[in-house]
Amino acid sequence: MKVALNINGETRTADLEPRKTLLDALREDFGLVGTRAGCEHGVCGACSVLIDGAPARACLLFAVQADGYVITTIEGVAPAPGELNVVQDAFCETHGLQCGYCTPGMILTAHALLARNPHPTRHDIVQAISGNLCRCTGYGQIVEAIERAAERLRVVNAQEAAGHANEEERG
Amino acid sequence: MSRPSGELKFVSAKRRVREDRRFVAGRGRYVADIALDNMLHVAVVPSRYPAARIVSIDASAALAMPGVAYVLTGDRLANAVDPLLNGLDTPNVKRYPLAVGQARYVGEWVAAVVADTRALAEDACEKVVVEYEPLPFVIDTEQALDPSSPPVHPEHGSNVLLDKTFVWGEVERDFAESPRQLTFRVVWGRSSTVPIETFGVAAKWDPWGEILDVWASIQMPKYPDQIARALRIPANSVRVHHDVDVGGSYGVKRGIKQTVLTAHLARTLDRPVRLIEDRLDNMRAGDAHGPERIFDVEVAFNDEGIVRSVKMRALDNVGAYAGRSPFQLGKPIGAIVGPYQIKSVQYRAQAVTSNKAAQEAVRGFGQAPTNYAIETAIDKVARAVGLDRIEVRRRNFIRKEQFPYLIPSGTQYDSGDYHTVLAKVLAHADYDGLKREQAELRARGLLAGIGIAACLEPSGGNSSFEPLLNEKNTTTTWMDSCRIHVDALGFVTVTIHTTSSGQGHETLAATVVGEVLEVDPDHIRVVRPDSLASLPSNSPVGSRMAIMLGGACFHAAHKLKDKLVRIGAKQLGRPENEVAYARGAVTAGGATLSWTDLITIAHRNFHLLPEGMEPGLETMHVEQVPTGSKLPENGRVQMYPCHSFEFHLILIAVDPLTGKPEIPRYVIGHDCGTVINPHIVRGMTLGGIAHGIGAALLEEFVYDGEGQMLTQSFMDYLLPSAHEVPKVEIVHHCTPSPFTVLGQKGSGESGYLGSPAAISGAINDAVAPLGISFSKLPIRIAEISDAIAGAAVSRAEEQR
Repeated sequence: MKVALNINGETRTADLEPRKTLLDALREDFGLVGTRAGCEHGVCGACSVLIDGAPARACLLFAVQADGYVITTIEGVAPAPGELNVVQDAFCETHGLQCGYCTPGMILTAHALLARNPHPTRHDIVQAISGNLCRCTGYGQIVEAIERAAERLRVVNAQEAAGHANEEERG
Repeated sequence: MSRPSGELKFVSAKRRVREDRRFVAGRGRYVADIALDNMLHVAVVPSRYPAARIVSIDASAALAMPGVAYVLTGDRLANAVDPLLNGLDTPNVKRYPLAVGQARYVGEWVAAVVADTRALAEDACEKVVVEYEPLPFVIDTEQALDPSSPPVHPEHGSNVLLDKTFVWGEVERDFAESPRQLTFRVVWGRSSTVPIETFGVAAKWDPWGEILDVWASIQMPKYPDQIARALRIPANSVRVHHDVDVGGSYGVKRGIKQTVLTAHLARTLDRPVRLIEDRLDNMRAGDAHGPERIFDVEVAFNDEGIVRSVKMRALDNVGAYAGRSPFQLGKPIGAIVGPYQIKSVQYRAQAVTSNKAAQEAVRGFGQAPTNYAIETAIDKVARAVGLDRIEVRRRNFIRKEQFPYLIPSGTQYDSGDYHTVLAKVLAHADYDGLKREQAELRARGLLAGIGIAACLEPSGGNSSFEPLLNEKNTTTTWMDSCRIHVDALGFVTVTIHTTSSGQGHETLAATVVGEVLEVDPDHIRVVRPDSLASLPSNSPVGSRMAIMLGGACFHAAHKLKDKLVRIGAKQLGRPENEVAYARGAVTAGGATLSWTDLITIAHRNFHLLPEGMEPGLETMHVEQVPTGSKLPENGRVQMYPCHSFEFHLILIAVDPLTGKPEIPRYVIGHDCGTVINPHIVRGMTLGGIAHGIGAALLEEFVYDGEGQMLTQSFMDYLLPSAHEVPKVEIVHHCTPSPFTVLGQKGSGESGYLGSPAAISGAINDAVAPLGISFSKLPIRIAEISDAIAGAAVSRAEEQR
């Protein structure tokens, strides 16, 4: 079955078995192996991707179901090769990971949270990542990373807003 | 080669963990990312019975399916490979990657199907028809010990793999002379580390080069040797690629059966083959369950709460096969008295087979269950003599001035300051305030308890439990290695010789080498040669890498520095002891040779090199275990060189209606000597505590009376989520080890070794007013609520 999927801002086409999960298609047909298989029954969140900006389990979706949505994987997050975005950098700063296996799903989940909630409380963060299991860290440094990323994003966004305001004034 | 005398510049600094960059970008390279040309995929046919003779296997329908390349049965495999390594001297307990003749647990792999895709292989598995003749089986641990139970391996004659009693010191006299004694039983349920990445392996055989390439999600000592032996090929025909990121292990990623199976298929089919376990494969037959242990404990003590002697019997249900798993009864011998001055110990270690999945090494290698038993004993002594549990620990602790301290079983503890760590934790946590908080919670109608655990993390060991439990084994080393290469442009490359599963070994190596050479670690590259190009390593087991890889890096860097000093001394015409090394340059008598000068001489100016020095600039060091060189004598041995200490103090609140526990306060004091990277050590401790919360409250591989496994998905085998893990406060202390290069000790098992004991203690403290207690882990919510309800019914009946 032919599909054309919007993945990380590009249209990607493939001829897939209808029973193929989005997870397997991303990994095997589109070469996006940053999305990981953990439990393959929708509990662990290692396969999380963003569908129209919201976290979703790629193991519970057939690839053909994803047609028509905007899909973001971990490969679509970094601004440029070798350059980390704010959330990725915060995870490095607090060491919010160890083996790295759940990390793409965690980071995408954090992105989705921060996109809709610029001022998350600790409880909000715990709630947001509670569907992503991490066996290494005990979550402490992950929560700290997201708190730090939220702070930075607020500063960056405030600066950008001020910049826009200035430009408008000059205009 | 002494420790750095001045301030440490990179060691202990809060520097970033270099591995993190690739992981946050999704650029880790795990085994499921290894896609080889023309590769085939494996799926396995599981046994439906806990014990059954395999009468026949009909694979014709499977083989007729398009895309199916091959179906392998155990009988055929057993003709081609040797049995997998046995730790104990039990030659009739044979283990192959597939069941041979008889299936011994539900889920055991009976046949392997190879196809163009994993999905096709799974489809074809359903077409494999296996005829079974069910046999008697045994699931329960104590029944397995009973001589009348059906033996899992009839050729072995019984289910007893190990039954060894050690007596260290005057146990009977100490018991006779102690005014008070108590006995109890506690049970550690069968759980494991359950990494989010399952086990996987890819193998490729080159018949022209006669070489087997292996990529695996592995954490296994002597892995290439074990592959070669089982496949009956030379060890230098096995090339394991160490540049594979392992998605968590914490002990269990020992996939030797998976590897031998996959490698055999690759050789047979002359095509690359990959086996990635799915979650079901992994949970029920990845052979990666952890200890399942009954402790019967007797304690001899006095009215002051001083514990004089302990008798401990540990009976472990290792499942259907045994690799190294029975050794998990041996490692705790090296810390069998915990942090306490207990004068004598009797220890009976028993391992039995049963018709459950095979056990594998789990974080701490048996130490966490043993610590749970020891700490339960201390809590019970405190209760018996009517003293605060902390006071009893204080009275029994080994004192700082007693180190190095020889325990009855032959291990010398290196260093520690338990009283200070305890005092710091009490001050930080405000112990009296915590008790007030407990009282407030109780006043609000909740059950509330304080939990305490003090325990040791033996680290850096030389596998002495092997010769201790198996006299044919003469292991006295468990080395690790480092090679440093400085290229002709002066850039430093360090090699390490194992895979890693999140422990940050690249950061460790760069930090230590950078410290010694006074070079920014960020400028040092760390690489992992394949096993044929590697120096000896024993993989990151036993909380050993800070000690062993750290030691190897330290010494290799010193050898390099010595070379530079010798080169400098010759050019400057001064004796070596007058030449000073600083930040890559050497100075003597006011003259300086820069790093570039020295490198140029080493690489290009042989005529300027000191006599006998080889050109180029390369050093290596193979590190022997500090303190590890002797075989056991009279049942005593130095087990591990270093002993980190942790002290847990927690508050738990239990809702009496639902039985749900919450942990409003979790404080841990942690002393692992010199910390090399604070982020990494902190992460290990926090992650270990979370893992311990799982073992204490949630996780268990449960089998029903028919031998069927009930918890084989993440819906019923529950891992702690961010909701279940509280914010943890860590109180640091540093007592350097005298036996290691930087004073470092291990920390890879920290947190996990004490948190189950602390949680058990807290819940038992919480429910004590109801006259109930829990003596088996995990203590699940339903069990708590049932027990509370039962206690209420009993009280009501009493009142009637």
